Amino acid sequence: MSERKPVEQENTMEAAATRKKANAKPAKLGRDVQARLGQQLRSMYDDVVNQGVPDRFNDLLNRLDNDGNKDGQ
Amino acid sequence: MAMDESVRKAILGAVPSLRAFAISLCGNVDRADDLVQETLLRALANIDSFQPGTNMSAWLFTILRNHFRSEYRKRRREVEDTDGHYAESLKSQPEQYGQVEFREFREALAQLPQDQREALILVGASGFSYEEAANICGCAVGTIKSRVNRARTRLAELMHVNSAEDFGPDETVRAVLASGE
Repeated sequence: MSERKPVEQENTMEAAATRKKANAKPAKLGRDVQARLGQQLRSMYDDVVNQGVPDRFNDLLNRLDNDGNKDGQ
Repeated sequence: MAMDESVRKAILGAVPSLRAFAISLCGNVDRADDLVQETLLRALANIDSFQPGTNMSAWLFTILRNHFRSEYRKRRREVEDTDGHYAESLKSQPEQYGQVEFREFREALAQLPQDQREALILVGASGFSYEEAANICGCAVGTIKSRVNRARTRLAELMHVNSAEDFGPDETVRAVLASGE
């Protein structure tokens, strides 16, 4: 009785190749998607920008400026 | 030496955008503000190396970015998986970074590699040109371009958007409201 090697292995490899093809990334993002992502990024960023300059930074520069003046005298 | 008034104005003028950049780098408002403060102290200590007439904002961004990088490297030795840690810190403080509406976007942004995240923010939100962003990051213009492209593609994947409709009804409603203004 001869032992038969299953041919499954080949099939599996073929299946893997097909999967790989299916998972290939789309070449390019649509302009509309890019625009919407950009919009979200800017709104998030501008949310912080619109908070202006917190007091601690004005205070910091004032303090440094005063220290500087004292040193100069 | 008293601070030159124009220097002072330029520095304060850059602070809002520096904060936004810092927050998007480290994902935490308090740490971001410390980062901005350390940046200003460094900048003023080295103000002689600033060339008048050049872009103050780009100069400050460069200092902040380099400072963040060296801090980040130090922390990385202490904490494994810093990007994962960053994503976690975002989840625990959703209200700190603007409104809840950006949550999904923020979480996707947090999952980007740092190189891609900073390139995308500099070009896509801070309004720097590819050339300026390349100077700030100390790399070639082509590198910035490819980082920005990869960042966009990855963001779309993470947010599962293939077309503008995938942004959901809220987004559509908001866009309609905004266009009606």
